[in-house]
Amino acid sequence: MATTMAKALNTALADALAADDRVVVFGEDVGALGGVFRITDGLQGRFGEKRCFDTPLAEAGIVGFAVGLAMSGLRPVVEMQFDAFAYPAFEQIASHVAKLRNRTRGALSVPIVIRVPYAGGIGGVEHHCDSSEAYYAHTPGLKVVTPATVEDAYSLLREAIDDPDPVVFMEPKKLYFASAEAELPTRAEPFGRAVVRRPGRDATLVAYGPAVPVALEAAEAAREEGWDLEVVDVRTIVPFDDATITASVRRTGRCVVIQEAPGFAGVGAEIAARVQERCFHALHAPVLRVAGLDIPYPAPMLEHTHLPGVDRVLDAVARLQWDDQPDARWAAA
Amino acid sequence: MTTPQAVRRASPRARRTVTPPDPARSLLPDVEPVRLLAENGTPLPARADYPEPAAEVLRELYRRMVLGRRFDTQATALTKQGRLAVYPSSRGQEACQVGAVLAVRDTDWVFPTYRESTALVARGIDPVEVLTLLRGDWHCGYDPTEVRTAPQCTPLATQCVHAAGLAHGEAYQGRDTVALAFIGDGATSEGDFHEGINFAAVFKAPVVYFVQNNRYAISVPLSRQTAAPSLAYKGVGYGVPSEQVDGNDPVAVLAVLTRAVAHARAGKGPFLVEAHTYRMEPHTNADDASRYRDGAEVDAWRDRDPITRLETYLRARGVLDDAAVAEIAEQAESYAADLRTRMNEQPTVDPLSLFDHVYAEPTPQLIEQRELVRAELTAARAEEGDA
Repeated sequence: MATTMAKALNTALADALAADDRVVVFGEDVGALGGVFRITDGLQGRFGEKRCFDTPLAEAGIVGFAVGLAMSGLRPVVEMQFDAFAYPAFEQIASHVAKLRNRTRGALSVPIVIRVPYAGGIGGVEHHCDSSEAYYAHTPGLKVVTPATVEDAYSLLREAIDDPDPVVFMEPKKLYFASAEAELPTRAEPFGRAVVRRPGRDATLVAYGPAVPVALEAAEAAREEGWDLEVVDVRTIVPFDDATITASVRRTGRCVVIQEAPGFAGVGAEIAARVQERCFHALHAPVLRVAGLDIPYPAPMLEHTHLPGVDRVLDAVARLQWDDQPDARWAAA
Repeated sequence: MTTPQAVRRASPRARRTVTPPDPARSLLPDVEPVRLLAENGTPLPARADYPEPAAEVLRELYRRMVLGRRFDTQATALTKQGRLAVYPSSRGQEACQVGAVLAVRDTDWVFPTYRESTALVARGIDPVEVLTLLRGDWHCGYDPTEVRTAPQCTPLATQCVHAAGLAHGEAYQGRDTVALAFIGDGATSEGDFHEGINFAAVFKAPVVYFVQNNRYAISVPLSRQTAAPSLAYKGVGYGVPSEQVDGNDPVAVLAVLTRAVAHARAGKGPFLVEAHTYRMEPHTNADDASRYRDGAEVDAWRDRDPITRLETYLRARGVLDDAAVAEIAEQAESYAADLRTRMNEQPTVDPLSLFDHVYAEPTPQLIEQRELVRAELTAARAEEGDA
């Protein structure tokens, strides 16, 4: 049945609420409105105001409240309305959510899911399109997950709610309303497993979240150029699946990492470093990154300049030293 | 249209009958902090709204304050000997620390800050466990679920929101638990204090927010934290009733906190208490208080010592005598001696345990790193063996 990612997420929340009385869903506008993206649509009506409720408009409060609820034995799922709106909660996330298990030697765990609609491509105004995954991925104690398919949206969210550790669940806004065939409920590969979305022989494209469809489109377009590209969807940034990515790159000998976030010090940089550490002798070219520009997320009229698109990916693939010549881009340096 | 004449005729009666009750009035604290003992320990007129706790409770309050003071002195000494990495003393705040803890049940939850070591030992937590973090270890020492006490919180005011969530979660699950959140004067400037108290108010969560206003946030005086008449007035804006209390009057602290806890447990929502007290010692052993405050100010507060005040009162009431005071002092000495002995033992730390609780199950990357550290340790041991 054709389903959108938004509907899959909504179904996952409903199924989790139905399956476990300890699950509570809250945040800003998640009640009567059903969330600004309608991900919580109908949940308050079906499960009541005790289990799906609006809170004061204060993100640190929402996450800190979830910490306390988790300490009392509940399983809170909170919504940060937009990526950049989650920044006030960062202290709660970095200092408490991520560390409480460790500083209590496992006596207290905080199995919270923090849902963050993130990234751009939707013509959003400033502060509505940040790719904030690196902040969370850099914080030990958090799991960081981002689905790229409808099936994964359901499966990863259910697993996140079941997980004993806190999960920052990053939802690519531009994929919310893309539709695909999916039978729900479903369970896909577990946390810590990347998935080969498209097999190929010549080079590996590694992507996550909103960059996965770009990678798949680029791989399709590359066929015309004579390249057979493999696409790996990272799915769970933390825990990270070195094994699947390493195996793919060892097979193909070439790798391009694609992310929408600014490239500098990003998750893509980490992936590129890990691939080079593990695959150096299998590589025929340096691992390249295709990322967003190192600029604040631009205005809607200019976001296409910023977003890594198919052409930029194909340009990078072209620079993978197919003729065994050094990359001309760095010649002047 | 009403004529001016009609207004004149109608207004006296209208003023008497139509003026709505002020919804804020009942939320405001007394203009003066509640005080049941004068500074010299003589009783002040009894108050119907704050009945004095029973004599045996006051005796126990005294006992735990004496133990707490001795613990604090010992911890400061251990810091000077290098046994603790750092120690934030709560000397002079024993009425607050012990009084608040005695007002809650063992089944309630306490949310302490780093300055609540005295409160934690008064709650019955093993003092060695209380000092674990300050000793330089990586975890909080005690099992929070067992002693219903959160880890001592260093990020200021963040625990205020946890207390709201915990209290709401407990009520949600049908339990009558109250959360007691400690906070200092400086931290009331942090956003999380306001978000915590607001969440608690909106969800009617049973939380008592207890501000120990010890007049300094490290070096910064209260005048730089607030222009409010007192910190207790911060409740009214959130619809939270509040009170201020003489924080060096142990009887008043216990009476006010007991009422606040009863208010919360009765399902009436949170309550805010500000205790006026004083930090007798520097912020921590690493601080030099002479750079920002006057010795005369400290001396004046020394004369308001809460333990002396309670002892004077209880002796006058016949609740304490020389023998009882001596016995309690002896208990405190053996408590300190035991602490000294146990703290002088070199703690064993296992570097590999650093990986145990980052996640429920370590990630593949953490397993790799643990093996790296294990190899380093094995190599180091082999080298030691060779030497």
